Amino acid sequence: MAEERRQKQCSVILPTESMKAMAESVGVGQLQEESCVAISEEVSYRIKEIAQDALKFMHHGKRRKLTTSDIDNALKLKNVEPLYGFQSQEFIPFRFASGGGRELHFYEEREVDLSDIINTPLPRVPLDVSLKAHWLSIEGVQPAIPENPPPAPKEQQKAESTEPLKVAKPGQEEEAAIQGKSQGATAADGKGKEKGLIRLKPRSTHELSVEQQLYYKEITEACVGSCEAKRAEALQSIATDPGLYQMLPRFSTFISEGVRVNVVQNNLALLIYLMRMVKALMDNPTLYLEKYLHELIPAVVTCIVSKQLCLRPDVDNHWALRDFAARLMAQSCKTFSTTTNNIQSRITKTFTKSWLDDKTQWTTRYGCIAGLAELGPDVIKTLILPRLTVEGARIKAVMEGPVVSNIDKIGADHVQSLLLKHCASVIAKIRPQPDNVEQYRTDYGYLGPMLCSHVMKARTQAALQAQQVNRTTLTITQPRPTLSVSQSGLSGSTGPRTPSIIKVPSSLTLMSPRPGTPSQPSPPATKYIVMATSAGTATTQQVITLSSSQSASPVTSTVPSATSTLQPLVKLESGSGPGLTGSRPLQKYIVVSLPSSASSSLEPKSSVIPTSISSTSLEAGMKMERSESPGASTQSPH
Amino acid sequence: MAAVQGGLVDADEDKDIKTEASNDSWGNNNANDGRLLSPSPGSSASAGSNKSAAGASEEQQTLLAVLQFLRKNKLTESVEILRREAGLPEDSLEPKGAESSGAGSGGASGGVDLEGGDASSLLSRVTASSTAGAQAPTKGPIQSAAWLTDKLSHHSASCPTAKLTHSAGEDQPDVNVVLSAYSQQGDPALYEVYYSGLKRFIESVLDCHRAELSQVFYPLFVHMYLELVYNNHESEAKAFFEKFSGDQECYYEDDLRVLSSLTKKEHMRGNETLLDFRTSKFVLRISRDSYQLLKRHLQERQNNQIWNIIQEHLYIDIFDGMPRSKSQIDAMSGSLAGEAKREANKAKVYYGLLKEPEIELPLDDEDEEAENEEGKPKKKKPKKDSLGSKSKKQDPNAPSQNRIPLPELKDSDKLDKIMYMKEATKRIRLGPDNLPSICFYSFLNAYQGLTAVDFTDDSSLIAGGFADSTVRVWSVTPKKLRKVKSAADLNLIDKESDDVLERIMDEKTASESKILCGHSGPVYGISFSPDRNYLLSSSEDGTVRLWSLQTFTCLVGYKGHNYPVWDTQFSPHGYYFVSGGHDRVARLWATDHYQPLRMFSGHLADVTCTRFHPNSNYVATGSSDRTIRLWDVLNGNCVRIFTGHKGPIHALAFSPNGKFLASGATDGRVLLWDIGHGLMVGELKGHTDTIYSLRFSRDGEILASGSMDNTVRLWDATKAFDDLETDDFTAATGHIHLQDNSQELLLGTYMTKSTPVIHLHFTRRNLLLAAGAYNP
Repeated sequence: MAEERRQKQCSVILPTESMKAMAESVGVGQLQEESCVAISEEVSYRIKEIAQDALKFMHHGKRRKLTTSDIDNALKLKNVEPLYGFQSQEFIPFRFASGGGRELHFYEEREVDLSDIINTPLPRVPLDVSLKAHWLSIEGVQPAIPENPPPAPKEQQKAESTEPLKVAKPGQEEEAAIQGKSQGATAADGKGKEKGLIRLKPRSTHELSVEQQLYYKEITEACVGSCEAKRAEALQSIATDPGLYQMLPRFSTFISEGVRVNVVQNNLALLIYLMRMVKALMDNPTLYLEKYLHELIPAVVTCIVSKQLCLRPDVDNHWALRDFAARLMAQSCKTFSTTTNNIQSRITKTFTKSWLDDKTQWTTRYGCIAGLAELGPDVIKTLILPRLTVEGARIKAVMEGPVVSNIDKIGADHVQSLLLKHCASVIAKIRPQPDNVEQYRTDYGYLGPMLCSHVMKARTQAALQAQQVNRTTLTITQPRPTLSVSQSGLSGSTGPRTPSIIKVPSSLTLMSPRPGTPSQPSPPATKYIVMATSAGTATTQQVITLSSSQSASPVTSTVPSATSTLQPLVKLESGSGPGLTGSRPLQKYIVVSLPSSASSSLEPKSSVIPTSISSTSLEAGMKMERSESPGASTQSPH
Repeated sequence: MAAVQGGLVDADEDKDIKTEASNDSWGNNNANDGRLLSPSPGSSASAGSNKSAAGASEEQQTLLAVLQFLRKNKLTESVEILRREAGLPEDSLEPKGAESSGAGSGGASGGVDLEGGDASSLLSRVTASSTAGAQAPTKGPIQSAAWLTDKLSHHSASCPTAKLTHSAGEDQPDVNVVLSAYSQQGDPALYEVYYSGLKRFIESVLDCHRAELSQVFYPLFVHMYLELVYNNHESEAKAFFEKFSGDQECYYEDDLRVLSSLTKKEHMRGNETLLDFRTSKFVLRISRDSYQLLKRHLQERQNNQIWNIIQEHLYIDIFDGMPRSKSQIDAMSGSLAGEAKREANKAKVYYGLLKEPEIELPLDDEDEEAENEEGKPKKKKPKKDSLGSKSKKQDPNAPSQNRIPLPELKDSDKLDKIMYMKEATKRIRLGPDNLPSICFYSFLNAYQGLTAVDFTDDSSLIAGGFADSTVRVWSVTPKKLRKVKSAADLNLIDKESDDVLERIMDEKTASESKILCGHSGPVYGISFSPDRNYLLSSSEDGTVRLWSLQTFTCLVGYKGHNYPVWDTQFSPHGYYFVSGGHDRVARLWATDHYQPLRMFSGHLADVTCTRFHPNSNYVATGSSDRTIRLWDVLNGNCVRIFTGHKGPIHALAFSPNGKFLASGATDGRVLLWDIGHGLMVGELKGHTDTIYSLRFSRDGEILASGSMDNTVRLWDATKAFDDLETDDFTAATGHIHLQDNSQELLLGTYMTKSTPVIHLHFTRRNLLLAAGAYNP
């Protein structure tokens, strides 16, 4: 591997065409091939030399990013006049275009209308450098204040749960120190004894401070309460707050117990609320749920396959809850399934088993199919498609047979549309054209003709989408120097966390674990709106690596793919990691696309949830992109 | 700041010369250590065979002159060794010596201002004879002189077999001369064969020798590659590189990257890395057994190509005893030019602390006045109830008080010392069970522009250097920063009043921070003077500037580096400061001289960081060549070379007792060094990125390190230095066994929120202050 890389280093040389192009640009017409080769070798060497010098300046500038000024300084070192006019502190947004088998990276220079510049109001002056002090550690213990990172970073949580016996973890000493503080001298003694013997896994304490207890109470009440606005706030807080690690076991128990009770009582609304809590927890970038899956997964599976979820199964839309929970299930399989825990295969087995059972009710049947279908096209191909004929016969029996209960009929109807929805796109991919109705009938039985029309629809959709994809666009909104100051006391800097009650416009109070008194202007937000599928991903990746700083990975809302019949609103948003002082509200917009028929309260009424935890006025800088592609990939490349 | 009357500058002239001259005889590999301005006398000698025929008598005369010189300088041991080696009778010295002293003082050879009689006579003799003879064939005397010094150097290291030819004049980076050594032609196609043959051989030897002999691979590889490139075998060179570069140790990757871009003879001109490689011999430490094995193999195979390279470009330091293990070798290697020679670390270093001047508590005013009149507070009889009682007895390892002339203490300095002692009594004793609190100063809105930070010793001021060429000073106490009034206003002040110091300040200018503008490039180094009256800043523009913190104006711009100055630091006693930069030279300055007092040259790449020893007698410099050097301020000699880092060094810290040095580099490791023995004594692993800051707590129990990986880590320094392995054998051979106990020594890791830690400082009460710029 390393060898390969070195070989590359050795051989990378600018192409001779570039030399020719440059020669032409300065008026040298005929340049011989040999001279081109000689020049390109020389130029490549010099460029490498300068780049190596520039690295020195980067190191001394205590940065990880090479800037244009480093190159300038390196040129100066070589007594070469630096390039003027490239004073970009940030990355240079190279754009990518391809066409005719050629790939091109270019730096877009727009024509600027002078009057535009004159007429636009001046941007606000960037803030002056300022100094702020906080306690990084108090006698060896790091206080949980917004200026410090969350106590247990996600990687560590992951390491703890996946490799519990691994010794010498990065934060171990720290935790031991914390223990020593909280338990006095005995712990310190114990630590001394431990040495030389086996290093025991440190106990993690889950004691909550009074503030955290209050917060927990408020949040859980809001989540299952009646006020929708309050619930939105609470879910938002769960999805973004960095300091929830300590409370995670309690949340998980709350959800699992809640589901247990409410399934018995057939309380659909509460089940939906609880599933939304699960979703919010999963979305939180600082939490790693693996340790709590044993509580969460049964709850979620219950919501997928339970025989009855509501009081009036004929009227209430419990199907939407099953869909939503199935999506959650798929997401957790994708995130947490490993070779050791085998979540995905275990889940698949469970679903298949109850689906195959003849006595299974239509509701459970629906849940099983939904759960399997969400796991991806491969699962559909191997597990669902072979059973389409059998399932079709069963549906036919209900639909066309003697009158049975209305409930069965509705169930069969839903199962049918579910199968059509999920199978059509898969069949469209694996079956060659043309689509013959008769052929479909022989292959898939009762559902054949309907499948055929769905597949044809899916094909036209795909063709349309392909046209769109050819045009790879990458819009990068440049960070604007619009920063806002927010005055505040340095309340968080002296002691342990001091939560405050914050008024939000809707006049409800919410306990926040972090003081909403930011004293730090928000960092310039960089937004990437990527509207592309596979073809564009590579480029996107490239540009983003160039540009994105080492900031924490952005929050992504992965919206489960929706069907072709719908037009899902796919929203990508990148919020940078938690700001130093938490002043930067993590704007998060989750748009869940659901069948239009779904009338349950599951659909967030307000797709845009104003986060007003902090009073900082900040432009969200969001852009909506309507993606034409069904199930367009919505993962941010980070 | 009081000027030092007739200070270091004049007083040391004599010593200078002596040491410079003795430098030659000590055969320092980099013979120009400490005197860049004066090219070494033998600089015209080029590489080549030293065994050229020269008149035997002439050679003997030279030899005698050298002996005479040595004797004069009381280097009897060397005299003995040399005499025995040359087989001279004991009495042969006397008459010859007398004769040689009559020679005129030429000194023309290198413009060295020599006054010591014998040294100059030797030199004049050498130059005279070399100019007399025809240039080319009869370089005998010069070379034999060089050979002699060389020989001597080996003897002083008591390894007589290592008589590798070695020319003294290689320090002049004349590319043509340097490169000409490569002009010898071998069959380019056979290079790969030679190399892989050697590789096979080394892989087949016994395990205990393999690790040692493997050290040869890297330097051989580089020199063979360069030879191929020099002789225009571009494609062969590329093939050679591709085939074998993967075998090299991973810590040479940076150098290989530079090397890989070099494919043409033209590129070799002006390439610094290449020059480094050629001008300095790659030093290897190999046990006698292993060396014999290699030698026999090469001679049996008639493998002259490789043998020549080993002879000419490698310095093999042979020791008796057990071959070293792979881990021992890895611990010490990694520098640009191999390991340090053992004799490079043999000089005596006075690492002890200076005696604290006795200062009375402010209660007894009379005594203090008396002390002022006397003018020499250090000489006063020790006071019984003084707080500084720990320094009553002179440390045997401490330099004499006036080895380096230090500025006298002023009244304000004494007040400050009293404050210091008072604070020290309130100091928290730190330890593994009693970790310091850390207060973090985040620079907000710095937009990646913060490049340097410093705190004053009393932690009242903080200064930041920025990429936009400004220096900013903040007051972190409620006391605001004020300027002195203008000259016109000052005239109006009643100069007799008691609070005149208060009156001269202009209240209107009071503010929490001040900006100092004057540099024309990013400010990379910054340092407060101990008395808080001055601030130094070094910049990309090649200057070091001295700022007054009374008027907030620039007082002096010290020019001399011409290239970016990466770091600067005030001496702990004020007045002197050191700077180091891209020109590979560290300079010692005094604030009242616009030219440097000393130039410390010897590093093979940029000097990236500079630190004063707590006793102000030594300066440590870290470099991109991955070595640390310790320099004697008195004579400019390099007294220690520490190798072992695998990346450019960006942080250095002396322990408060002056015995130890900690260094941090881009490889994310902290290495600990025993200065007295010249040994590596510890390795602290844990950081994942460049370490930009290191600091010992005031009592030396805790070492704090700050890094680009956004963490502050605390290490148990007491423990790290306690279980030291300092038996005689280790001390003599320098072969250390480091146990990997980083995890046990790590006391705490504290993550910041995307804020690289670029400066650390312990307050007088042992509160740890950290600073860095928030980079969202």
